[in-house]
Amino acid sequence: MKVLVTGAGSLLLGGVAQALVERGDEVICVQRRKLEMTHSMSLTQHAVDIRDREALTAAAEGCDAIIHGAARVGVVGTWEDFRSVNVDGTANVIHAARAHGIARLVYVSTPSVAHSGESIVGATADVAVKGRKGSFYAESKAQAEHMVLAANTDGLGVVSLRPHLVWGPGDTQLVGRIVDRARAGRLVMVGNGHALVDSTYIDNAISAHLAALDAVAPRATCAGRAYVIANGEPRTVTELIEGICQAAGVPFRPKHLALPLARIAGSVVERLWPRLRSDEPPLTRFVAEQLGTAHWFDPRPARDDLAWNPHVTLDEGFTRLRAWFELNR
Amino acid sequence: MSVPSAAQLGEFGVDPSCSKFVDVPSHSGGSHRWHILERPGMGADAPTILCIHGNPTWSFLWSRLLSEINPAFRVLAPDQLSMGFSDHIGARPYRDRVGDIHDLVTALDIYGPLWIVAQDWGGAIAMGYATSHRAQVAGLILSNTGIAIPADRKAPRLIRISASSGLHRLITRTTSLFVRGTGYLPGSGLTKQQRRALVAPYLAQDRRIGVAGFVADVPFDERHPSSFDLASVAQQLSDLNIPVRLYWGSKDPVFNEDFADDLMSRFSDVEIHRIPRAGHLAVLETSMAPFVESVVRNSAQAISAPSDDDQACETLWARIDSSTRPDILAISDAAAKTSVTFSEFESRVASFAQSLSDQGVKLGDRVAVLVPPSIDLIAVVYACWRVGAITVIADRGLGIKGLGAAVRSARVQHVVGPQQAVTAARVLRWAPRAQKISVASISASRTISSLAQITVPAPTADDLAAVLFTSGATGPAKGVRYTHRQLGAQRDALQKTYDITADDRFVAAFAPFALFGPALGITTGLADMDVTSPSTLTADALNQACQLIDATMVFASPAALANVVRTAGGSLPAVSKSRLVMSAGAPVPLETLQKMQALCPHAELHTPYGMTEILPVADLSLAERTLAGSGRGVCVGHAVDGCELMIAAADTLGDLVPLDVGTTGEVVVCAAWMSSGYDRLWQTQIAARPILNSRTWHRTGDVGHLDVSGNLWIEGRLVHIIHTASGQVTPVPLEISCEAVTGVVRAAAVGIGPRGTQQVVIVVEVDDASEGPAGTLLTQQIRQAVAPQTVASVWLVKKLPVDIRHNSKIDRSALALMMQDKLSGSWR
Repeated sequence: MKVLVTGAGSLLLGGVAQALVERGDEVICVQRRKLEMTHSMSLTQHAVDIRDREALTAAAEGCDAIIHGAARVGVVGTWEDFRSVNVDGTANVIHAARAHGIARLVYVSTPSVAHSGESIVGATADVAVKGRKGSFYAESKAQAEHMVLAANTDGLGVVSLRPHLVWGPGDTQLVGRIVDRARAGRLVMVGNGHALVDSTYIDNAISAHLAALDAVAPRATCAGRAYVIANGEPRTVTELIEGICQAAGVPFRPKHLALPLARIAGSVVERLWPRLRSDEPPLTRFVAEQLGTAHWFDPRPARDDLAWNPHVTLDEGFTRLRAWFELNR
Repeated sequence: MSVPSAAQLGEFGVDPSCSKFVDVPSHSGGSHRWHILERPGMGADAPTILCIHGNPTWSFLWSRLLSEINPAFRVLAPDQLSMGFSDHIGARPYRDRVGDIHDLVTALDIYGPLWIVAQDWGGAIAMGYATSHRAQVAGLILSNTGIAIPADRKAPRLIRISASSGLHRLITRTTSLFVRGTGYLPGSGLTKQQRRALVAPYLAQDRRIGVAGFVADVPFDERHPSSFDLASVAQQLSDLNIPVRLYWGSKDPVFNEDFADDLMSRFSDVEIHRIPRAGHLAVLETSMAPFVESVVRNSAQAISAPSDDDQACETLWARIDSSTRPDILAISDAAAKTSVTFSEFESRVASFAQSLSDQGVKLGDRVAVLVPPSIDLIAVVYACWRVGAITVIADRGLGIKGLGAAVRSARVQHVVGPQQAVTAARVLRWAPRAQKISVASISASRTISSLAQITVPAPTADDLAAVLFTSGATGPAKGVRYTHRQLGAQRDALQKTYDITADDRFVAAFAPFALFGPALGITTGLADMDVTSPSTLTADALNQACQLIDATMVFASPAALANVVRTAGGSLPAVSKSRLVMSAGAPVPLETLQKMQALCPHAELHTPYGMTEILPVADLSLAERTLAGSGRGVCVGHAVDGCELMIAAADTLGDLVPLDVGTTGEVVVCAAWMSSGYDRLWQTQIAARPILNSRTWHRTGDVGHLDVSGNLWIEGRLVHIIHTASGQVTPVPLEISCEAVTGVVRAAAVGIGPRGTQQVVIVVEVDDASEGPAGTLLTQQIRQAVAPQTVASVWLVKKLPVDIRHNSKIDRSALALMMQDKLSGSWR
C-alpha cells in the first residue's frame, strides 16, 4: 500500500510513518521541514505546505491512502493561522483524495474537539462541538473533523482518531514538560490529583493508526466515525505523573492548585501569553481541565470497529520510558 | 395552547413524532378529534398497550413508559376528551367516558392482544371498558386507582375538598390549583420540567372545564348519576377472568393502600407490586416499563408451577402434643430465668389460640407479632398458626423504621405484643386500622390444657403461615411468604441435614431458629443476649444456656459466635458437650470456627448456606472446608439432600440457561422448603421465580460456580458484578487475593463507570486506619495480587460500609458510588 502521511514531523505521525515503512508499506511524507529518518528506504519526502492545494494534490498522486496529521497546535497565533492550516489544509487533503480516487483517509483529531470541561467517565466519542470561543486550536480541529467526516462517501472511507494524552520516549509535549518542571521544583498538580485519567502509550497510538488505516474503506463500519484512542487503563493523575517522574528519575513533589483557580489562571494565561511570548504557555484552561477532571473512555468502539487493542500496558510503558531516560542521560 | 408544538414536546422529553391527531366517530353523535401519543411497535400483532390517564393529567403521564418500553410493544396514549389536547367538548360523565374508549379502540386498528394500563380515574374507566368488552381485553394494569370507596372508609379527603360545592369551581376551574397541585402530591417528586409538562394543556381557564367536570363526576353518594354505573362495574369485576396487575405508589394520599386492598378483593387473578417510595403518579415517578413488559410476557404462563403435592404433611404444632412426654422441658429462657415443660407449653399455645380466636383472629388474617424473643413469642406464633392466621415476623435488626415499613407493607389485621409495642404501633401508625391485642389480654383468659380442645378448623398445608421480613442489602425489606407445607419441609430439612433426634436439645442464639424447636419436638434454650445485636452473646451466657438444658447443639449467628470466642476466658464445660455447632446468616471466618472447635472439640461445626427465601441450600462442615482449600470465591459446600442447585446464565432475563461446571453464573435453587415468594411485590416475584421443567426455581441473586466435586463457590452478589469492557468480573475472588496482602484487613472490589466499560477499583481497610489513595507500594502489591485483572486505583478507608446485622456484608453499590465521586477529580 502506498500511503501519504502529513505532519510526520510530530512524534506520533513520525512514528506512524516509520511503522508503515517497517511493515513494508510505501510511504510519502509531506511536511514543511525535512525529517531525519532512520528507515528511509521506501520513504519519500516532499517539502509541501499543507495550505498549498496544488502541491499537496501532486504529492498524493498514486497513493492508496492518506493519514492526515498535519496541524497547527498550541495557543499562540491568530484564528487565521489556525483556520488556514487546520481547516483549509484538511479541505485540501480531501480534495487531493478525491482528485486521485483515493479510498482511505485517516484523520488525526484530538479529544479536545468534544471537550466540555466536565468529567468524562467511560464515554464514547461525542460529536465534535463547533462554535466555541477560547481555543482556536480546538475550534479549528472541530470544524475540520466535521468536514472530514462529512466527506465520507461510497467512494472515500474516512475515519477520525482522537488519541488521548499520548506519551512515551521522546515526547516533549507531556513527558518533556512534566520532567522539566519536576526537575525545576515547579510541578503543579491541578485539583487533588484523584481524577482518573486515561492516556495512550506512544506505541499503542501508532498501532491504532495502522489499524484504522487497515479498517477504513468505503462503507466499512468505522467509515464516517470518530474514535477515542487510549490505553483503556485509567489511573489517577497523581499515579500517572508520579510514574513519569519516577521513570525520568526526577523527584515527584507537586504543589496543588484547586481546579477552579487553575481554570481561571489557565484562561488568563491563554489570553495574555501570546501577546508576550512566542513559546507555549505552562498552563491553559484545557490542560487545567484535563488534569483536574476524570477523563476515561469506553474502549469497545475502537476495539470492535478498528480491530485494535493496545499491546503495551501502562506499566510496560513506564518501564520502557525509564530505559529510554537511562539511555539518554 | 390547543396544539402542542414539536419543540415543546421535545422539551418535555416526548418524541414529537409520537404525537398525532385522529378523528373518531362518537357513540354520542358526531366526531371528535383526539390527541394521541403513539409508538408503533413491531409487527402487526405486537402486544398493544392502551394507556388511560386520569384527572387532571394528559397523555404526558405515560411519556416515560412510551420512551422506556421495549420497542416491540405498540403503545397508544390518548388524551381523554375535554382533556389535554383532544377536543374540549364540556364535562363528560363516566358512562360516556367508557363509551369514548370503545369509540377509540374501534377507530384504531388494533390487532395484537390489548392491554389497558390506567391510572387514577382512568382506572375506573378501564374497568368499565373491560367489563363491557371482555373479549377485547387481554389484561389490566392499574395504578393508584379505585372503583369504589373501600368499605368503612370515606372518599379521599383531597378529592372531597375539591368537589365540595363552595370550592369546586375555584379549585378546579377558576384557578389552576387542582391542576398544579397534582404534581406536588407526596411521592418521590417529579422534576420541574415534568410538572410544567403536566399542566401545559390546562393553563387557560376554558381548558379546565373537563377537569372540573371530572371532579364533579366523582359520586360521593348514591344519588349521583354516575354512582349506579360505577357500582354496576364494581359488581362485575369478580367475573373478569383476565390477569389484573396493580402497580401501586404507597405514598399516595388519594388512592392509598385501602383502595389497593379493595381492588385486590375484587378480582380473581390479581397481583400487586408496591413501590414504597412512589406516590399518586408512580407511573411517571418510576420506571414502569419493566413491570409492563413482565406482566405481558408472563400472562401466557402460570405464575408459579402448580403444586402436585396434595399429600398431607405433619403440622407445625404436631410435636407439641405433650401426651407422650409431658414433663420434658420444652423451652428454657435463660434471660427471664423461666422455663416450660411440653405440657405447660401446649397449654399456653392452646390458651393463646383460643383467646386469639375469641378476639376475632381467623383463617387468613395477618398478625404482626411484636413480642420480644421469649417463651410467649414462640407460643403466640404457634397459636396463630393453629388458628390459621399468618404471622408477620420482622427481624429486629431492621430497626424501628424498617420494622414499621415492614408491618405497614404487610397490611396486617391484628397486632400482638406487649402493651408498649402495641401502643407504639398505634402511635407510629404502622397499622392504623388493625386490631391491637396485648399479650396480657390473651394470657389472662381462660386456660385450656390441650390443643385437641381447640375447635376452630386448622388451616390446610397450602395456606400461608408466615411473612418474614429480614434486612435486605439495599432498599426496604421484602416480605417472604411461607405456607405451612413449606415451613414443615424446612423443619424436616433441618432435621435430616443435622440428624436431629428427639434426644437433642439446642440453644438458639439466632432468633429465627428458636421458632423451630417446638416444631422439631426438641428442647429449646434461649440465651441471655440482646437479640437486636447478636454480638452481645458472651461465652458465659452461652455456657449458662447450654447448662440449663444440657444442650447437644448450638445454633448461633456468625457475629454471636465471634463474640463467644472473643470472650471465652477458659474452657466452657457445658458448651463443650455439644455434638453440633451451626452458624448461618453470613460467611463465618475460618479463624472463628477454629477457635470454636477448640472450645468444643467433640462437635461438628457446620455453616449452612441459604437465605430468607430458602434455607438450607448447601452445607459445609469445618472439616470439609479445610479439605476444599482455596479457590475462586468462598466455598459453601454441597447442596443439602433434597435441594437442587443450578448455575444459570446471569444475563438472560426470564429463561433459565444452565451453565457448565466451573462457569460463573447466578445460583438458582429448588427445594420443597422454598418459600412461595415475595409479598405484594409481583414484579420481584416474577423476576426471582423462573419456571423450568414445570418446577419453580428461586434466583438467589448470588453469583458463583460449581466445582468438579459438586462444591458451590460464591463469588458475590449479582448486582455487584463488575461489567468491564473485557467481560464480567466477580468481586469476591479479587477480594480474597487482596486480603492475602500483608496489612490488608478487609478488601472490596467495585466497578465504576457505565456498565460494559467499568473499571475495577479496590478499596481496602488496613491496620493503620488511613484514608485516601493507597501508597505506591501497596498499590503495586494489590495490582500484582489480582493480576491479570487491571485495577484503576487502590483506595484506603477506615471502615468499609457493612450491614448492621452481620457486620460482614459489604454494601459494594454504595462504595462504588463513593469511589466514582472521589475519582472524578472534584475538589473536596
